[in-house]
Amino acid sequence: MSRISQRFSDLREQGKTALIPFITAGDPTPGITVGLMHDMVSAGANLIELGVPFSDPMADGPVIQRASERALEHHVSLHDIFQMVKTFRERDQNTPVVLMGYLNPIEVMGYATFAGAASAAGVDGVLIVDIPPEEGEELLQSLRDKAIDQIYLLAPTSTPDRIGRICNAASGFVYYVSVKGVTGSSQLDTAAVAEKLEQIREKTVLPVGVGFGIKDAATAAAVSQLADAVVVGSALVSRVEALQETPDKIGPALAEILSGMRRAMDAVH
Amino acid sequence: MATTAEKIIGTQPDDRGHFGVYGGLFVAETLMEPLKGLRLAYEKYMQDPEFLKELDEDLANYVGRPSPIYFAQRWSRELGGARIYLKREDLNHTGAHKVNNTIGQALLAKRMGKTRIIAETGAGQHGVATATVAARLGLECVVYMGAVDIVRQEANVYRMRLLGAEVRSVESGSKTLKDALNEAMRDWVTNIDDTFYIIGTVAGPHPYPAMVRDFQTVIGREAREQIQQQAGRLPDALVACVGGGSNAIGLFYPFLDDAGVGIYGVEAAGDGLETGHHAAPLCAGQPGVLHGNRTYLMEDKDGQIIETHSISAGLDYPGVGPEHAWLKDTGRAQYVAITDEEALDAFHALTKIEGIIPALESSHALAYAAKLAPTMESDKIILVNLSGRGDKDMHTVAAREGIEI
Repeated sequence: MSRISQRFSDLREQGKTALIPFITAGDPTPGITVGLMHDMVSAGANLIELGVPFSDPMADGPVIQRASERALEHHVSLHDIFQMVKTFRERDQNTPVVLMGYLNPIEVMGYATFAGAASAAGVDGVLIVDIPPEEGEELLQSLRDKAIDQIYLLAPTSTPDRIGRICNAASGFVYYVSVKGVTGSSQLDTAAVAEKLEQIREKTVLPVGVGFGIKDAATAAAVSQLADAVVVGSALVSRVEALQETPDKIGPALAEILSGMRRAMDAVH
Repeated sequence: MATTAEKIIGTQPDDRGHFGVYGGLFVAETLMEPLKGLRLAYEKYMQDPEFLKELDEDLANYVGRPSPIYFAQRWSRELGGARIYLKREDLNHTGAHKVNNTIGQALLAKRMGKTRIIAETGAGQHGVATATVAARLGLECVVYMGAVDIVRQEANVYRMRLLGAEVRSVESGSKTLKDALNEAMRDWVTNIDDTFYIIGTVAGPHPYPAMVRDFQTVIGREAREQIQQQAGRLPDALVACVGGGSNAIGLFYPFLDDAGVGIYGVEAAGDGLETGHHAAPLCAGQPGVLHGNRTYLMEDKDGQIIETHSISAGLDYPGVGPEHAWLKDTGRAQYVAITDEEALDAFHALTKIEGIIPALESSHALAYAAKLAPTMESDKIILVNLSGRGDKDMHTVAAREGIEI
């Protein structure tokens, strides 16, 4: 069983919903990321999504775009990120790590090389925003060869047919994008999310995470009643941005947000 | 000169938008169904006699087609060698080839019941062409433009605003065309229900590269007939500038099966390919994935897109249409590059010798034709796509010469 599946199965036994924070690797500086990962785990994160910075993040709102730009000022590359995960694994062998980003850096590295290096570093899953299953056969095979889960996005516009097809290719979990829009959008409609999750669960037994639009403890708690995982990104990254001049304060600030979410989520279960 | 026995026209792309290994559909999940809807509508209406009739009437009566071809006799004589003909897309309404495509997509948007149009623009030509058709059809229009381009193409920004469009400044990334495209995509994904995204070039996810090509091939279809009427035969060489590559594919496509016709796409070499300050992905880049398709890109070793440079804002783009990538690899077309200086020389030459002020984009094609002509016999024919007029470039050219206007 992959580290991701194991984690979801343990949480299910405990009757808990997974809390998945997203931060961009190397934001605001490369040296801070591993420490932040540990801080987030201590505050109640169950799985970590690490953003791979890209020059043209088409699916991201301004908050995560700027995070990418800050990381790229330090030329943070996939190699650097593998090193971060490797260092994280020295102290934490249980928390799954998913890399989230865009295809081109992986395309340039080569799929097999990427999968091999990611696996060696201790990466458990990969979510690539701009590769639908139609274009992704070869990459998927490379990831499967190394037992890395490929996480796919599902959207409000996904038809039942597409949901079925995507869930067949996915492993680990699937990630439902709760709004039509980019990361950091605000208007999350819980009723509409519930309806779509029902459609998704008809097609798959994989855990379903929900993200895009989770801002605070209240939205996290509301979504945790529907989903198997709550993904929070822009709300954290905007704190990183606000505190970039005082990096020592970033870890405690992220921990505060996450532990608030953790408490609120656990309280409704 | 390239020769090929096999038929090319009609073979590309495949049903999932691939031109060989290029093209395709690399977008976030939210856009997959909307793009499918667009493809189905496009396939349906391109077979619909009513739609095609309306398109043809608009191209004739609103755009002013057919645009003429013109034998640049004095310039050809001065260069010595082949005879140079110009396809006069600069004479179209709004002053460039861009309107051929915006008319087509706007009519499609209307048929699909969309009430809001968005577009990206670099030099402002596509933005103006989009704002123009949106005004005429009474559609709301938002144009995304990089903050850097807004400064260097002030006049076009004002034109778009006069036409009723909202021009939104894009402050992210390099603040140029590629970032405007990112921002338009973000708008589209957010407002998918009522919004139609008019992409201005033969790039982007399927069906855009094929659809924009099909709307632009009117250039080549007309030119192919006109040159046979005027010169009595097909040309020996076609030359067009390539940023995203829509004017080039529009000219080239109807000639792809004419094995005797050499095809040259001209990229922007900026300060020179050896300096790294250029916008020539086909000549000096490598394949990758950006903006929904696989194609040649300007990128660094980590796969990050790098900043481009060209004196011409319309060529200042790090990618290129996937069909050009395919034509390059198959050898059917050749891709070359022209520096800022060479383009400026051609700009002045055509202006002084023929009384035609070309756009800086088109000046790249003219500059290559000026290199090619002397290497060919005087009975040979070069057909250049004069894709736009140079009025928009007065400030750039004057500033280069230290003149303020």
